[in-house]
Amino acid sequence: MAYSQKVMDHFTNPRNVGEIEDASGVGEVGNMKCGDIMKIFLKIEDDIITDVKFNTFGCGAAIATSSMATELIKGKHVEEAMKLSNQAVVEALDGLPPVKMHCSVLAEEAVRSAIQDYYNKIGREMPEEYKLKCEGCCEDCSKK
Amino acid sequence: MRVYADNAATTQVSRSALEAMLPCFTEYYGNPSSMHQSGQDAARLLINARETMAKYLGASPNEITFTSGGSEADNQAIISAALRGARKGKKHIISTKFEHHAVLHAVEKLGKEGFEITLLDVHEDGIVRLPKLEAAIRPDTALVTVMYANNEIGTIQPISEIGALCREKGVIFHTDAVQAAGHLEIDVTKQNIDMLTLSAHKFHGPKGIGLLYCRKAIPLSTLIEGGAQERGKRAGTENIPAIVGMAAAFREACENMAVNMPRVRALRDRLIDGVLARIPEVILNGDREKRLPGNANFSVTGIEGESLLLLLDNAGICASSGSACTSGSLDPSHVLLAIGLPHETAHGSLRLTLSEYNTQEEIDYIIEALPPIVEKLRMMSPVWKKK
Repeated sequence: MAYSQKVMDHFTNPRNVGEIEDASGVGEVGNMKCGDIMKIFLKIEDDIITDVKFNTFGCGAAIATSSMATELIKGKHVEEAMKLSNQAVVEALDGLPPVKMHCSVLAEEAVRSAIQDYYNKIGREMPEEYKLKCEGCCEDCSKK
Repeated sequence: MRVYADNAATTQVSRSALEAMLPCFTEYYGNPSSMHQSGQDAARLLINARETMAKYLGASPNEITFTSGGSEADNQAIISAALRGARKGKKHIISTKFEHHAVLHAVEKLGKEGFEITLLDVHEDGIVRLPKLEAAIRPDTALVTVMYANNEIGTIQPISEIGALCREKGVIFHTDAVQAAGHLEIDVTKQNIDMLTLSAHKFHGPKGIGLLYCRKAIPLSTLIEGGAQERGKRAGTENIPAIVGMAAAFREACENMAVNMPRVRALRDRLIDGVLARIPEVILNGDREKRLPGNANFSVTGIEGESLLLLLDNAGICASSGSACTSGSLDPSHVLLAIGLPHETAHGSLRLTLSEYNTQEEIDYIIEALPPIVEKLRMMSPVWKKK
């Protein structure tokens, strides 16, 4: 198993690490049993993601996908951001080893979870197809 | 600086082992089964190597069977003892929860084929308790297999006591001594060991070679059918270069053990003390004293093992971890779970294993390099922040 240069770059120099105190939306997915937890903080103004930060406990791929996902949604409209797919994250990272694909799914779910939180706060319904499907167990994602 | 601190995974081949091996490729390349001079030259090397291995194990040469490595020897030992037991109506096997998979999976397979398996607890300190073993032994127990020292946390088991107990009860005792051989004193006769597994590449010998010691009174079954090599117990042309390299490495390790191991132990203690002093919320896994001279295994709260290994590798340090991401499955190491670590702590484990080739400068480099790496990962960990 070898990581691409892009993965190693985002792992060793992760972008957007941190927290946003007055975040418009916060999402956390994964669990300790599986060994991956991603937490994403969004600052949203007029439905535009003006700032994004993350905290991740996990392997190199988990940290790199978190970093890349935050880069891909920064400055985007929330409706566009919620469409971010794990495949787009993987492609932007020049691929992931097969056993690490679930990390990219976790990144996708973390972004949606944060947007869901924002929608909940402002009382807006999340489109059905982007609602969180993660049961919180990594085995579900590995099967995707 | 580059520091190799993964000697429990494998070791550098020693100069003397390499030099012993080289003529086997170019001069003594005959097949030991051949009648001609070239073959007989190779046969002599084979005899000498077997005598060397036997001598340093306290065994007889005809009790040594060369195998492709530790896994094969473990499998052959367990299957032989199981088949012998089954012939006598004994279908109960005792092992421990934290054996190497070569033992655990072989035993579990027998469990699916009608054997009853008891896996002993290894407690928080990673050591089997003799009274629990004694209580587990039944009239139909065919085999007790307990590793000499654990490959992840390095804890040393009470092998002499287990040997004496099993001999008294008339139960075959096998020990996987892959991590112990060349690092700890072994005498199969004095320690009442019936079967023992070792592997050359853990003590500066080549990969792909190991052996099974089996006491004369116990019949071995074959795993590989074919020619009459190894007294008919292991078919296949003998790997003379590897066997010769193993014998040279084992002689060197045993002859220098009294000098090397106290030095390695001092390096290990310097490492353990340094890491525990410099990094908050780190625990040492396994008993502090009853552990292999070169083994240090830590759990680093709040971070995951694979990311730690990657950053250490970037800093030139080769280490290992029991996290799920490095085990290739979704569960962290069965060894760490067996000593009662919760999943989150098991995911953040770090194993550093030293040999006599490591230096104090290298240990000090690890102690300097590790804290900022741990700090960096903790700073981005949602688990650490929650504390």
